[in-house]
Amino acid sequence: MNALATGPEVVIVRTGSANIASVSAAMTRLGAAPRITDEPDLVRGAAIAVLPGVGSFGAAMTRLRARGLDEAVRDRVHLDRPLLAICLGMQLLCESSDESPGVDGLGIVPAHVGRFACDERVPQMGWNRIDPSDSCSLLEPGWMYFAHSFRVERVTGGWCGATTDHGGRFVSALERGTLLACQFHPELSAASGLALMRRWMARATGKAAVPC
Amino acid sequence: MLTRRIIPCLDVRDGRVVKGVRFQGLRDAGDPAELAARYEAEGADEITLLDVSATPEGRATAAGTVAQVRRVLGIPLCVGGGVREVADASRLLDAGADKIGLNTAAVRRPELLSECAELFGSQCIVVAIDAAGVPDRLFRWEVRIRSGAESTPIDAIAWASRAEAMGAGEVLLTSWDRDGTRSGYDLELTRAVASAVRIPVIASGGAATPEHLLAAIDAGADAVLAASIFHGGEWTVAGVKQFLLKRGVEVRT
Repeated sequence: MNALATGPEVVIVRTGSANIASVSAAMTRLGAAPRITDEPDLVRGAAIAVLPGVGSFGAAMTRLRARGLDEAVRDRVHLDRPLLAICLGMQLLCESSDESPGVDGLGIVPAHVGRFACDERVPQMGWNRIDPSDSCSLLEPGWMYFAHSFRVERVTGGWCGATTDHGGRFVSALERGTLLACQFHPELSAASGLALMRRWMARATGKAAVPC
Repeated sequence: MLTRRIIPCLDVRDGRVVKGVRFQGLRDAGDPAELAARYEAEGADEITLLDVSATPEGRATAAGTVAQVRRVLGIPLCVGGGVREVADASRLLDAGADKIGLNTAAVRRPELLSECAELFGSQCIVVAIDAAGVPDRLFRWEVRIRSGAESTPIDAIAWASRAEAMGAGEVLLTSWDRDGTRSGYDLELTRAVASAVRIPVIASGGAATPEHLLAAIDAGADAVLAASIFHGGEWTVAGVKQFLLKRGVEVRT
């Protein structure tokens, strides 16, 4: 797919009509070889995978289930295989969402996704600061690009994460081992986003991050 | 806190950035990918690419231009101009756009907004509104379509609200009276739309100085779009951001 790539293959899960060109371009910039697929076995077994996603929670879950991709993603997380979940991808890891009541998420993160309840602009569209907790090792403070109407307000147990303020604090990212979930778009967050993806990829491949 | 965005705009025709007062006396202003990369390096928060090609052949090259820009760009890319149906939006998203601007086609058939929002998500759908002041109507600004050439009996403020209800995630608001005049954004129009909708509003049309950008932000714009102020080399994005920062506007630095 990318003759110039010397780095690892990164499988990008096709979640539907999500625009994944930006994710793919960012991976190429990191020296990886992106491969877009909706094959459950590839998603389950890939050394490195990205779960992107735009559109609605319910529609995305329906598509994942129809292809057996829900089990594939769950399996790879349970097997500690590296996964980067972006935007709706992070929300899909949760249990449920106000966006699609009655639809079960992947249930990997014990959290509910709620609609922004504030006087601020919704969707939150633009650059905001993330503040990681001290225990985070991948996430660092900085500006990231957001585009979303729903968000995780709190998470219980075993997760380190970052919060961001948009009419109140919400969970803007989570990390645990090689699982990184971002409500923002690291692939659209200029140098700070690229640096985060580089750190994650280094951990995912077991190599030290090469500074840019 | 969410920062205010500075968005350089690239008017692209047949694969080249052009500048001129609304398609009159167009001059070449450079290569889209080169300019986009330069603006990102200067600290631009987002890039808007408007396809102003006049012909179907020109339109066909737009997806290729988007792909070239995407390869080098690590910030969001909004693409508008000539999007008539879901398939056009889909093609541009596949090429690497992150958001799609809908204008004339959405005015003629507002369902296009909800169809696109359902498929791609509201955060992906920008309603681009060209508004012109009208003295003899019950409302103050009418919606213009077909690159401003055609007048409509539609109230621009009401249209912004309707578009929001139909699933648009953002408004790109261009003052037809100010565009290309370098006399500053239409602040009353900006204020009226910003208070009528809950989705973000991008002010456009008329910017020539950092003071103009500051005034639009003070009037309620969440983001400001400008072209000639940057293409001409008078101001860099970084210079504009420093100016705004000194006046207490939160920007990404």
